Amino acid sequence: MNPATVLLLARLGRAALYALTALIVLGICYGLWILDYGVIFQYFGRLLVGAVLTIELVAISVLIGFCIALPTALMRVSTNPWLRYPAYAYIFYFRGTPLLVQIFFIYHGLGQLDLIRDGILWPIFKEAYWCVLIAFTLNTAAYSAEILRGAIQAVPRGEIEAARAIGMSKALAYRRIILPRALRIGLPAYGNEIVLMLKGSALASTITLLDLTGMARTIIARTYTPVEIFLAAGLIYIVINYAFAYGWTRIERRVNRYLAPPA
Amino acid sequence: METVLPYANLFLLGTLMTIRLALGALALGLVLGLLGATAKLSQDPLARALAEIYTRIVRGIPELLVVLLIYFGSAVALTRLAELLGFDRYVELSPYVAGVLALGLMFGAYATEVFRGAILAVPKGQIEAARAYGMGPWLTFRRITLPQVWRLALPGLGNLFLVLMKDTALVSVIGLGEIMWVSKIGAENTKNAIAFYFVASLIYLALTVVTMRGQFHLEAWANRGLPRDTR
Repeated sequence: MNPATVLLLARLGRAALYALTALIVLGICYGLWILDYGVIFQYFGRLLVGAVLTIELVAISVLIGFCIALPTALMRVSTNPWLRYPAYAYIFYFRGTPLLVQIFFIYHGLGQLDLIRDGILWPIFKEAYWCVLIAFTLNTAAYSAEILRGAIQAVPRGEIEAARAIGMSKALAYRRIILPRALRIGLPAYGNEIVLMLKGSALASTITLLDLTGMARTIIARTYTPVEIFLAAGLIYIVINYAFAYGWTRIERRVNRYLAPPA
Repeated sequence: METVLPYANLFLLGTLMTIRLALGALALGLVLGLLGATAKLSQDPLARALAEIYTRIVRGIPELLVVLLIYFGSAVALTRLAELLGFDRYVELSPYVAGVLALGLMFGAYATEVFRGAILAVPKGQIEAARAYGMGPWLTFRRITLPQVWRLALPGLGNLFLVLMKDTALVSVIGLGEIMWVSKIGAENTKNAIAFYFVASLIYLALTVVTMRGQFHLEAWANRGLPRDTR
């Protein structure tokens, strides 16, 4: 192609881009013009109630999930096959299947077993709340374990050798050198995982829980204003996600400040 | 197992639907991702801003909410559009189209970052060499940048496709007859939820394994011109 044609194409592309943008902006303006804001104001409080449950579910499952993930990651990097393979299978299963299947399996599936129905755990497994919490916890633990494994293996070899050379036992080296280092290395990826969990928590609504998405769906069933309510819910999710991401970056910067260039 | 067996053909159809959905969303997402990456790297501030808004919004909203918003929201919007044009009837997208749009939009937002990284990873010297040979910007992009972007973006895109495959289960919520929907029907009819959701999870695991194998071979093929890592 000669330069003149390229220039012409570039101009045409730019013109098309501006025309498209104008069209999108016009469409959005018209859409925002005809939205029913009354319904958003009327139900915004209910949505916030749902958002609290969303945050509660994510906070609990991430906390317990981390407590499961740490030993799982240690098993996963172990040289003992009896420890390594069970951890590998657990991580593989929960990362390889959709969260929705895991929720339904625990809520609808386990409830049909007599062992569970007649057992002492039945009060837990008959509640959608606990089933969702179990599913979220097992799911995020599997992803977190894999992140931790990567972080543990990313700890510079020399630091581990140095720890052993000054006489630290393996356990002490893990406690003082490897794990503190790995946690700092894995922090950004772990933050991403928590954001993904926040987004995944919308699935709680599929088994009747009134989290932010569940609340939105119940409101819409009554008012039939899907655009207004889903957009409002989406806005709340965005605020939560970006507020969390901002706070997490601050933490990252704080714990890794010894790596920052001197001011 | 004998409760699931009569549903084997339904599961087969459901699996095919899941694959069709994933591939449709992949095609749309790759186009959106390439467009988004070029926009983010362009000198035009408007294009950069558009791409930034797109990726920020889509990555901050739950996948399920995007699926619901597109399916139910598009019905409201299309019906309104039809009214404006003088047709008095209810219009909606099929669950398949809504699913492809929703999953494609999400794949595209994440793929934008993968492509952006890949384009930036092409060594600058190669671009300068191409320009020095007299290639124009478009020819340079087509002959030098794009073939390498494919290779550099492959690991990231593979991971995104694994995520996409699992997200297809969400489209069962709006009634598309894919794996998850088939298992729900079976579980309700036979009262044997364990068997059906277990089989569903095995199918998803199989799809994951097949994708990972495919990704491995594609990467090996894409990297065939490079010296092998002999560590």
